[in-house]
Amino acid sequence: MLELSALFHGFAVVLSPFNMLLMLIGIVLGVIIGVLPGLGGANGVAILLPLTFTMPPTSAIIMLSCIYWGALFGGAITSVLFNIPGEPWSVATTFDGYPMAQQGRAGEALTAAFTSSFVGAFFAVLMITFLAPLVARFALKFGPPEFFAVYLLTFCSFIGMGKGSPFKTLASMMLGFALAAVGMDTVTGQLRLTFGFHDLMRGFDFLIAVIGLFGIGEILLSMEEGLSFTGKTAKIDLKVVISTWKKLPAYWLTSLRSTLIGIWMGITPGGATPASFMSYGVAKRMSKDGGKFGSGQIEGVIAPETAAHAAGTSALLPMLALGIPGSPTAAVLLGGLLIWGLQPGPLLFVEQKDFVWGLIASMYLGNLAGLIVVLTCVPLFAAILRVPFSIIAPVIVVICAIGAYTVHNAMLDIWFMMLFGVMGYFFKKLDYPLAPLVLALVLGDRAEDSFRQTMLISQGDLRIFYSNWLVGSITGLALMMLFWPVLSKVIGRLRDA
Amino acid sequence: MTQKTTATRAGNRSVLLRRICLGAGIAGAAIVGAAIVGAAPALAAGWEPTKPVEFIVPAGTGGGADQMARLLQGIITKNNLMKQPMIVVNKSAGAGAEGFLAIKEAKGDPNKIVITLSNLFTTPLATGVPFNWKDLTPVAMLALDQFVLWVNADTPYKTAKEYLDAAKAAGPNKFKMGGTGSKQEDQIITVAVEKAAGVKFIYVPFKGGGDVAVQLVGKHIDSSVNNPIEAVAQWRAGQLRALCVFDGERMPYKSKVTATMSWNDIPSCKEAGVGVDYLMLRGIFMPAGVTKEQVDFYVDLFKKVRETAEWKKFMEDGAFNATFMSGPEFTKWVEKTESTHKDLMREAGFLAKP
Amino acid sequence: MNDKDRSGEETGIPKRTVEVAVALLLFTCGAIVVFDSHRLGSSWGSDGPESGYFPFYIGMLICLSSLATLGQVMFAQWRDRKTTFSGAVARRRGLFVAWGPLRQVLSVLIPALVYVLFVQLIGIYVASAVYIALFMVWLGKYTWLRGMVVGLCVNTGFFLMFEVWFKVPLFKGAFDPLWWLGF
Repeated sequence: MLELSALFHGFAVVLSPFNMLLMLIGIVLGVIIGVLPGLGGANGVAILLPLTFTMPPTSAIIMLSCIYWGALFGGAITSVLFNIPGEPWSVATTFDGYPMAQQGRAGEALTAAFTSSFVGAFFAVLMITFLAPLVARFALKFGPPEFFAVYLLTFCSFIGMGKGSPFKTLASMMLGFALAAVGMDTVTGQLRLTFGFHDLMRGFDFLIAVIGLFGIGEILLSMEEGLSFTGKTAKIDLKVVISTWKKLPAYWLTSLRSTLIGIWMGITPGGATPASFMSYGVAKRMSKDGGKFGSGQIEGVIAPETAAHAAGTSALLPMLALGIPGSPTAAVLLGGLLIWGLQPGPLLFVEQKDFVWGLIASMYLGNLAGLIVVLTCVPLFAAILRVPFSIIAPVIVVICAIGAYTVHNAMLDIWFMMLFGVMGYFFKKLDYPLAPLVLALVLGDRAEDSFRQTMLISQGDLRIFYSNWLVGSITGLALMMLFWPVLSKVIGRLRDA
Repeated sequence: MTQKTTATRAGNRSVLLRRICLGAGIAGAAIVGAAIVGAAPALAAGWEPTKPVEFIVPAGTGGGADQMARLLQGIITKNNLMKQPMIVVNKSAGAGAEGFLAIKEAKGDPNKIVITLSNLFTTPLATGVPFNWKDLTPVAMLALDQFVLWVNADTPYKTAKEYLDAAKAAGPNKFKMGGTGSKQEDQIITVAVEKAAGVKFIYVPFKGGGDVAVQLVGKHIDSSVNNPIEAVAQWRAGQLRALCVFDGERMPYKSKVTATMSWNDIPSCKEAGVGVDYLMLRGIFMPAGVTKEQVDFYVDLFKKVRETAEWKKFMEDGAFNATFMSGPEFTKWVEKTESTHKDLMREAGFLAKP
Repeated sequence: MNDKDRSGEETGIPKRTVEVAVALLLFTCGAIVVFDSHRLGSSWGSDGPESGYFPFYIGMLICLSSLATLGQVMFAQWRDRKTTFSGAVARRRGLFVAWGPLRQVLSVLIPALVYVLFVQLIGIYVASAVYIALFMVWLGKYTWLRGMVVGLCVNTGFFLMFEVWFKVPLFKGAFDPLWWLGF
């Protein structure tokens, strides 16, 4: 009950006209930032941080968290419309979102994505409101072995998804790992696979690969079929929102599961991107329509979006309670806190009640306001598909180039992006699956770092991976996921017998 | 690479062009009308930046250097200390080598500055990436960052001596020391402590200082050598205990930080019987080939920053050693520190294999 | 993924050739990774794996899987020889891309590559404006006026957004044609 009264006090702080205006501005800016690939939430918040120095801390954090919301919502838009993930965590959204758009169901996909984002984030905020201190303690239990187990679980829940040749899946995934290894090795500080080229030190950023493989690759593929994107004839009006909403309750189980995965990954802090992949993988396993995933299933949009936003939101919790950022955006926000003279950490909840509850209240309101803004714009977004291909295609190429450049401010990355585009075209035509490559690229170095940190701690003893109940159960779950196809068959047999 | 060098050369030329044609530039801007708010007026005394200043951080978002850079950006913007905006750009790849190489390549460009940490010295030595502080123009030392030996508050060790004796008694490779990065300042200190106390830790590298502090709270490691600012939140919450500060004398800040202790109450490692001292540079550098006027502008700018209340508070919160240096004095200091690092790293066996 | 052209006479690049080329390319990548990892040290040291340990096996797996793919392609070819198709069917089955669509793909890819080259030289804004205009005129058969208006508007928008509002400097090129704007 203490929480509730504090929360209502927080609402009172937030609900001033000035703060409401800031919320709206923040959300619109955030959506713009989210739509532009490369310019992610972290970038956006960092860029706009100076704007807020002249405001009171509570107003500033309201605006910044609304930018964050906006960016979270915005990331889905380009994934659905053009197969270009605006943010790393929207990659899994493209798997089913883009096919839906091609079938003329862009409005439906967008509505599902936005609504799921809202649901995921909403439950994460609820969790923050009532369980913050409890959950923060849980996050402390995560050391290197536990982190590795979580990454292993992500891989295992996603692996075996491809239908094509197992050799091609393997090659694609290993290529992802190899690309992830380029650059500096955290554990020994040695440069790997750079061959003396300083530009390779940066390694291959995940976003550059994704923009190329998905965005440019898709344009090349659609050129083969003539100058058009399919699906542009879709009927577009606000009714699509209502009709989609009617369908959504049927998938409550997927939503619930994805929310839990997301919240868990957010506080551990595995982050939004692994959460979205894991949730997609699990939904595919568990759903009765699992076999049809990838061909435009609405569940395939709900699962990753819900999880990504639940994770993105709960990632703010370790930041507030422990002072560790759960995501890059949270890291920048953390810098903001320091500038306003607030010290994140265990005492923030005690010493800065107004600020913390103002922030939590603004999470509720920002999330809701964001949903309203983006939903009213669904027809507008979907209408982009009506722009003739020969105008939108060069604009997309330009946006991809800008996106690739802004990741590291490096010209060479634009060349890499084109290279990845050509690679995406060939891989797609030859049935090399792209998802394992992307997953390996995004998690590969983190998984390796945590594995080797673990090995340092245990002095090379592999038994550490089942040394306590936490790491043991995650590892066990991972192995279960890996052998799920076999297991489910065995269970089926037993049931029949 | 050739492309890059031509790019830089052309860049220099265009900088020159820009300066010559500044008047024309303003006229052009007036014609175009939009876009230009506060383009550099060349009338004021001395030099001023002619376009947005790129502030390169050779470290990731959220780390100590990044926080300081963003704070500086905030202070400068808020107090209107510079007419052009300042843009923070993170170039962290290769333990900061990316950022330093960018500055090295921007020879003669006065609109770029970089904030340095110890990786200015350690990265070229450990990786063999060809850059050196001599490729840059030293501007000013903003502060020196302290290092503190931390343990979890639940452990029985009350002094550095107790802890190190326990580590010695346990034998080599039993106690785990966490730190940021590999073959960088944290590991250098660890090796120095090992030498001084005759112990052997397992050094576990993590990506950022915040991670290290949390790992220590979660008891996944036994001790750390975090900067004060990286661990202060956990210290105040009674989760960590500070054993000693790696400096010849105690930190000067006497106001209470935790319920019972101020920064000044932490003994220096020297008095605790561990003769290790190490301070990390937080300084500003510019590309080579800039004029004295241009350097003076930034020295002056950061002098103004030092006067602000926000900066003073930040210095105290993070228990920084707020020494300020510029000019030949600073250059000499950098020279000396580089040779210290070379010795330390040679002894530790961290130098890159040729 | 097969070419959708109905005409039996359609020719193009055989799928097999591309399969083999991609597999060989992947094998080379794998070999490079193995080579560099070996240089770094690829054994299991006293305190866990060395820098090159994982990349070494990753490279090995890339090599092996590309060899396996290569083997599959060869085997399929050998098997196909036994069964006889009429010439046109066989050709359609085995086409990676027919010449017609390939020309279309290249008509996008090559200008895009030229565009990136120009970005390197004259920066993102000017190169993009020109690229959008030319694309619209050549491939979309729009008038020059329309192309230029769209190109200019889009890039002015980007310029305002990135340079002016968000303060994110984008690449200005080796010969910055917009230097007089002061950004």
